[in-house]
Amino acid sequence: MELALTLFLFVALVATAIAMAFITRLFAVVILSGVFSLLSALLFITMDAVDVAFTEAAVGGGISSILMLGTIALTARTEMKQGKFSLIPLAVVFMTGSVLIYGTIDMPNFGSADTPAQQYVGLDYIKRTPKEIDVPNIVTAVLASYRGFDTLGEVAVVFTGGLGVILLISGLGRRRSRNRKER
Amino acid sequence: MFVFATVTICIAMAVVLIRLFVGPTLYDRVLALNTFGTCTVLFIGVVGFLFERPDFLDIALLYALINFVGTIAVLKFFRYRRLGDSREEREMIMETPQTKQTAGDLR
Repeated sequence: MELALTLFLFVALVATAIAMAFITRLFAVVILSGVFSLLSALLFITMDAVDVAFTEAAVGGGISSILMLGTIALTARTEMKQGKFSLIPLAVVFMTGSVLIYGTIDMPNFGSADTPAQQYVGLDYIKRTPKEIDVPNIVTAVLASYRGFDTLGEVAVVFTGGLGVILLISGLGRRRSRNRKER
Repeated sequence: MFVFATVTICIAMAVVLIRLFVGPTLYDRVLALNTFGTCTVLFIGVVGFLFERPDFLDIALLYALINFVGTIAVLKFFRYRRLGDSREEREMIMETPQTKQTAGDLR
């Protein structure tokens, strides 16, 4: 059953990607990209990675499609006519894809317990979290306690980025210069 | 029973995807996106019960919220042609001829 679900989701994902490549109306492409990230979130859920799936749905389906809609509002609404069909991008995509698939050959099977990632630090966290931190979710314990300073740094970086973006798009400079002109 | 429900939801998702790919007007596609989000919520709930992890139900609720916000954003964009600006800026941009398009050419 799980295999059939994964296959269905992957087929739908590939079909969505191909449709995105061929449709020239950018609205439709934005909507399809939202569907693409919903589909990949469903794939993550069938792999039991619920948190990753939720991030994918919130960022890919929510924020980035809204941002792309804003971009469309400022630019054009249909794709420009492509001139001739060129082979080089296709070749680059195929080469990158084959390199990535070659990289997965060495990887351990999905869900196998005897991988290096599952054996040393992970086991230690699983053992120590209940008595040291006493939080039911081990990921929370790792993020907020064992690597607390790390998370603080990340939050600071994200906050600075958000501040920069808000300052850029709030149009403060534009408003100020207009006020100066009026005076 | 959950297997049957999952298969049915998958079929519904496939049909909605076809509407998304073919959909002649944009309104079809927006409606299909919303329906696909609903299918996602149902899928997460049913898959949680299928794999015997019913805690997925809470996460399905969050997806319903995301779906709602996304649809509202798209519809607001259709209505106002922009996404949340102050009024003076909207007036400033309305002066350019590019945004004087009617709803008729949404196709």
